[in-house]
Amino acid sequence: MFSTDQLDLRRMLCPLPVIRTQDHIKGMSPGDTLTIVCTDPGVLTDIPTWCRINGHEVTSTEEADYEIKITIQVGAE
Amino acid sequence: MTTLQELAQNPKKKAVALISGGLDSLLAAKVVMEQGVHVEGINFFTGFCVEGHTHAIRNMKKEKPKRNNALWVAEQLGIKLHMIDVIEEYKDVVLNPKHGYGQHLNPCLDCKIFMVNKALAWSWMEENQFDFIITGEVIGQRPKSQRRETMPVIARESGADNRLLRPLCAKNLPETLPEREGWVDRDKLYDFHGRNRKPQMALAEEFGFEDYAQPAGGCCFLTDASYSGKLTDLWNGRGTRDYDIDDIMLLKVGRHLRPRPHFKVIVAREEGENHYLRGYQQQFTMVEAVSHIGPLGAIDGASLSDDDLKLAARIISRYGQGRDAESVIVRITRNGVSTDHEVAPLPSDQIPADWHV
Repeated sequence: MFSTDQLDLRRMLCPLPVIRTQDHIKGMSPGDTLTIVCTDPGVLTDIPTWCRINGHEVTSTEEADYEIKITIQVGAE
Repeated sequence: MTTLQELAQNPKKKAVALISGGLDSLLAAKVVMEQGVHVEGINFFTGFCVEGHTHAIRNMKKEKPKRNNALWVAEQLGIKLHMIDVIEEYKDVVLNPKHGYGQHLNPCLDCKIFMVNKALAWSWMEENQFDFIITGEVIGQRPKSQRRETMPVIARESGADNRLLRPLCAKNLPETLPEREGWVDRDKLYDFHGRNRKPQMALAEEFGFEDYAQPAGGCCFLTDASYSGKLTDLWNGRGTRDYDIDDIMLLKVGRHLRPRPHFKVIVAREEGENHYLRGYQQQFTMVEAVSHIGPLGAIDGASLSDDDLKLAARIISRYGQGRDAESVIVRITRNGVSTDHEVAPLPSDQIPADWHV
């Protein structure tokens, strides 16, 4: 059974959202999903880049009212 | 001399490269990767890194994509990047630098020692097990930290000693363990020195790198005179040399004016900063014009009197469209309670230059 986690990263500025995402995903397993909620538009570039580097996949990105919600599927290391 | 064949027989050596996001660390990592060494990147977030923050706060609607250069470098190199939050531990480097400050509040030499030491500790962790550390240092590149006499200090005081390899200037330095053991070929390392960037640019071209970052003022806000001035003001205003992450982020946002020793006002300069400041409404007293379009202002200080609030409101309303009006209605929000007040915007000639931090 895959887990689905959420992280509230609002008000954090990059690279902190990336660091918090990285640290949280260390405790997750391949196939799990993590949804992060952010306010720094820098995550629109940085999170997908970080995911590509580390073998994870961004499965959805939503933007509304200064908030950005990104869902990541954890890949195999 | 170690041959490539001999190197190929020893493929398991691993190096961790300090990646700032600039050209030198990109090249240093690439030079070692070219020799068949497994390289992963490490990047430390001190809170003062120039990467991204102000761009993220300001001009949020601009089309130009914002990127973290350390991540970009890692992607160009095809390596993993480990990003480490060192905000708390880094305070001691900023507040008590053993080797002192540079031109402003930049503790560059202590910073480099700190980062190499952290990389060393990380590289020796059981799950990592790296053999040596790479930096993009070049002798003579930086007046405070990258000098011939500071190179051995960094190696010694970080604890990395001869496991610290500077591929871009290695030929100007004594042999290190990776060279002696044949993990890398010293002949294929470089002898760059001085502030001339042409050798690095030529090497970048050779490797096919084009869109690399070259920040004019380095990668740290502490090398910036204006930022260092604001940090000093923060310490003076509070009577103590300390900070937290919100303090150092807010120093990058808005106009800062200190009309009285015990408080300052932070006035947003545009919509992105307005939105960012609004996130601090639980911590600060907020002031915003309601009769005219104007910026949000935050008051940072304790024991604020009614006169202090009025003065702050007059300053903040001076930066809105009501600046020339006889009076402006402002909303002051404190501890979740909002009250409206009529104030006269302070004329610019009544704002002394030394109020601007």
